[in-house]
Amino acid sequence: MNDDRRPDPDQLLNRIKEDEALAQRGKLKIFFGASAGVGKTYAMLLAARQLHEQGVEIVVGIVETHGRAETAVLLKGLEILPLKEVPYRNRMLREFDLDGALARRPALILVDELAHSNAPGCRHPKRWQDVEELLDAGIDVLTTINVQHLESLNDVVGGITGIRVWETVADRVFDQADEVVLVDLPPDELLQRLKEGKIYLPDQAERAIEHFFRKGNLIALRELALRRTADRVDDQMQSYQRQAGGVPSLREALLVCVGPGFGNDALVRAASRLASKLDCEWHALYVETPALQRLPDARRQAILTTLKLAQDFGAHTATLGAASIAPAIVEYARKHGLIRLVVGRSRHRRWRWFQPRSCVEQLARLAPELDLLALARDESPQRTLNSAAEVKDEARWVQSSLGQSYGATLLICLGTALAATPLSPYLDQANIVMLFLLAVVGVAVRYGRGPAVLAAVVNVALFNFLFVSPYFAFALHDLQSILTFIVMLIVGLVVGQLTARFRYQAQIARAREERARYLYEMSRELSGALVAEQVIEISERCMEASFPVKAQLLLPDDHDRLQAPPVRPGAGKPKVDLAIAQWCFDRHTPAGLGTDTLPAASLLYLPLKAPMRTRGVLAVAPEQRRLLLIPEQRRLLDTFAALMAIALERVHFAIVARDTLVKMEAERQRNSLLAALSHDLRTPITALIGLAETLALELTAEQSPHHESLNAIHQQAVRMALLADNLLDMARLQVGGVRLRKDWQSLEELVGSATRMLEQPLRNHPLRLALDPYLPLIHCDAVLIERVLVNLLENAAKYTPPDTVIGVTAFIDADRLNVEVWDEGPGLPTGREQRLFEKFTRGHAESAAPGIGLGLAICRAIIEAHGGQIQAANRAVGGASFTFTLPLETPPPLETEEIPESS
Amino acid sequence: MNVISESPLTILIVEDEQAIRRFVRTALESEGCRVCEADTVQYGLREAGTRKPDLVILDLGLPDGDGVDFIRDLRAWSSMPVLVLSARIEEYDKVAALDAGADDYLVKPFGVAELLARVRAVCRRSARGPDGAAQIIFGELTIDLENRWVFRAEQPVHLTPIEFRLLATLATRPGKVLTHRQLLREVWGPAYAERSHYLRIYMGHLRQKLEADPARPQYLLTETGVGYRFCPS
Repeated sequence: MNDDRRPDPDQLLNRIKEDEALAQRGKLKIFFGASAGVGKTYAMLLAARQLHEQGVEIVVGIVETHGRAETAVLLKGLEILPLKEVPYRNRMLREFDLDGALARRPALILVDELAHSNAPGCRHPKRWQDVEELLDAGIDVLTTINVQHLESLNDVVGGITGIRVWETVADRVFDQADEVVLVDLPPDELLQRLKEGKIYLPDQAERAIEHFFRKGNLIALRELALRRTADRVDDQMQSYQRQAGGVPSLREALLVCVGPGFGNDALVRAASRLASKLDCEWHALYVETPALQRLPDARRQAILTTLKLAQDFGAHTATLGAASIAPAIVEYARKHGLIRLVVGRSRHRRWRWFQPRSCVEQLARLAPELDLLALARDESPQRTLNSAAEVKDEARWVQSSLGQSYGATLLICLGTALAATPLSPYLDQANIVMLFLLAVVGVAVRYGRGPAVLAAVVNVALFNFLFVSPYFAFALHDLQSILTFIVMLIVGLVVGQLTARFRYQAQIARAREERARYLYEMSRELSGALVAEQVIEISERCMEASFPVKAQLLLPDDHDRLQAPPVRPGAGKPKVDLAIAQWCFDRHTPAGLGTDTLPAASLLYLPLKAPMRTRGVLAVAPEQRRLLLIPEQRRLLDTFAALMAIALERVHFAIVARDTLVKMEAERQRNSLLAALSHDLRTPITALIGLAETLALELTAEQSPHHESLNAIHQQAVRMALLADNLLDMARLQVGGVRLRKDWQSLEELVGSATRMLEQPLRNHPLRLALDPYLPLIHCDAVLIERVLVNLLENAAKYTPPDTVIGVTAFIDADRLNVEVWDEGPGLPTGREQRLFEKFTRGHAESAAPGIGLGLAICRAIIEAHGGQIQAANRAVGGASFTFTLPLETPPPLETEEIPESS
Repeated sequence: MNVISESPLTILIVEDEQAIRRFVRTALESEGCRVCEADTVQYGLREAGTRKPDLVILDLGLPDGDGVDFIRDLRAWSSMPVLVLSARIEEYDKVAALDAGADDYLVKPFGVAELLARVRAVCRRSARGPDGAAQIIFGELTIDLENRWVFRAEQPVHLTPIEFRLLATLATRPGKVLTHRQLLREVWGPAYAERSHYLRIYMGHLRQKLEADPARPQYLLTETGVGYRFCPS
């Protein structure tokens, strides 16, 4: 009835998958406070002590007590992990020991100050990344953080307090934490504590501290912290309601447009806050037009960094190449179903009256259905550390392009004038103007707009100077030459503009075509590869042809350890750090250059993820670092990596299929050989037994004296048959790779048929069966397990005097079935119980007593093939005991029969 | 051999080993049977067609073909009982032969007494033909096929429909080995032919209800790796 409220099965499935992934991950609990001194560390330690008393295994990874006694007291009795010493500029920095923690593997670990930045040389630049790794390893973590360290609130707090902190934590970490505990302290009490000197503050200027701990600031920070916590609780509430069958969330996706100006980082932060408030996914887009492409490198770098920031916040990022910005944005928004656009708005009014309509207006006109949010943008260029380099870079760029193209323009203009001079007597003045115009068009086509303007000016001047009377003098008084100048200028500008646009489009098309070709070529070559070595060779060659990089493919051995690549002479391969590569392989996460993990490494390590598993690692050494920051290039690299992974997987399965075929053929041959042997051995024995019996029948009737001999022949033939059986079985089991015909069996049934087969030998022994009536079905080869029972029971009957009790006991112990065959006989020779088996494992199967010799060896081989164990012992109450275990599996489901009313 | 001796039975032995043929022939003739021999599949089929024997004793490993193929060819036109002799170590061959339509099997090496007992049982079953009896009585148990009741020492035993069908399927063919596949197809239906765990569970239930000691059954016997056999005595 409430069809529209029924949860979508896909959603449910996704949630189950997420839950499963979460269940294996450790739990993260964050103690969250408005500022230093509210007592986060104290609260964390209190919680830890409580858990410790409940018996949870707790290790203190790193806790800063800042010399406060009340906090230090809480540390007593907890296991403290030693810190790692990291050398840095002649000093030893003490840092949290991630590897130590992973090796120690406690159930729960305390890691204070989530926002801390690690010393250079540690695995991750940030401590929160260490914590992520701990969580991935299934270790629960308690940690602390202040509101000002949250990435998205960082600039807000900076705005309030005037102090900007550089150690930040991605909001994602905070949002995905399993629990957040707000540690709250009213501002007055906090100030009191400050006065009492109970708050530790890093060496900061007195004034800054005073500024920070103003009551107004503290109230504002408290509000931020409370509000952030409330947002989180609200999210939980909504997710709970959805789970409970409430309204599914509308996907109100958001698109933030990153422009070339300054202040984009703030824009991205604002969009991230908005997106998390709306609980929607968001995209960040940069449209590169021909004009923007000519920006100096440093500026483009800044834009890419902004996109990276957006990506870190959880945005999908894209860079589009297009002629104009607004249509490209609208197209992207419509294609991805994004209904809300966030754009930066300039604070200052444009002073240029001819400024075309602003981007915002264009967007509003092009797509009236989209919501536009224009956020004020702080456009004062933040002259940070990089600014000096940036300015230099910009100047150099301007110089070089100016130098070359403008020089050439002047040469062309002078050349035109020189060429026109001898022709002037023969040509009309209008046609000479045409020649100059041609030169302007030429310059515009070749060098673009700027040089075209120069050409127009110079040409008009030259024309005026050389071809208009008064000759060799400038006379700009008449309307004619002004008109000539204007026409030349306009033609130059228009042609220059058009050329630039076409050239840019062509460049984009060429780049795309090239990319597609590289991919096509590599996939074609890879499809022909038959062995992993070929895949490596082709991949590395194609990578190096397609990118300005050196590439190296690393494959794991059978134990999932990556192998150092063979040294190839003259290949000039980059030096690979196997430890990083192994980390990348184990965690299926990119590492090294341009990533969050060991970014100081000189290579980028990409996992080769195939559908079934990760197949290896691609190590890339780019010639320019910048390459890896461009999202398009990274995506292309990922595509290459995926292609390689699939090729490796295909090769792997081809080998597996071939091996299986070989194994099957070997098994088939072995079986037919054994079947033939069995037939050839049994047939004469059958004849022997049969003939002896028929003869015996006749001789008995005649009361012949040879009757005894005949009986002996019969008995020896029967014994030979048993021996042949044992030898054949042993051969079958010991050749290895015996294929078990496993099926679901009931132990009771197997014991029943084994005792029935041994009716004759067991007739003088009372049998005690103690089988648990609720034994589940076991997955085994019935014939072989019956064989084990028969051998053990037969031994018991053979080696105990008549009337000795023999028993079979079966019970479940954890995930194994235990079966004991025991007797009350004389027992096994003491001290030799285990040697009964040891002896046979060495392969000395040719024992003097054929019964026990081969029988137990066969039992052991059968049980071990089933993944179980068999042991012999003397019972405390006397007698021998043989116990074997079999692993239990979950039987397939059973459709229960509907039982009708009894009639 | 009182059952057979009413009129002399004709028995065909298809076996390539001469020594075995000889002692089997001696044993059977001493019981008053007429015996004919064949040593290949081809010859055996021709003999079966011309002599119309009452029983075929068939070795599975013949020089010119598989015994299972012999049974399939034979079953295309005749329902004469077939007793299989197997020297193979794999249970699989026996199951294949039984599934193809063999009536019983003997594993080499076997004794004369065992052979004669099996021959007797198979001939008795085929001589009696499809049994129309509405009641099967064995030990203290009575199965009323018509009214679908089972009594144990005069007390009604409650069986579920499937349990009853399983019991009836086995009990109407006393002494005959029914393979897992045959039972699953007949009792549960063709879609269940591979779900042997059903059989184990229900057989366990039946033994709990009918056998004195379910771990050492008297009537519902297990042929490990092959199937089950109902043994009324």
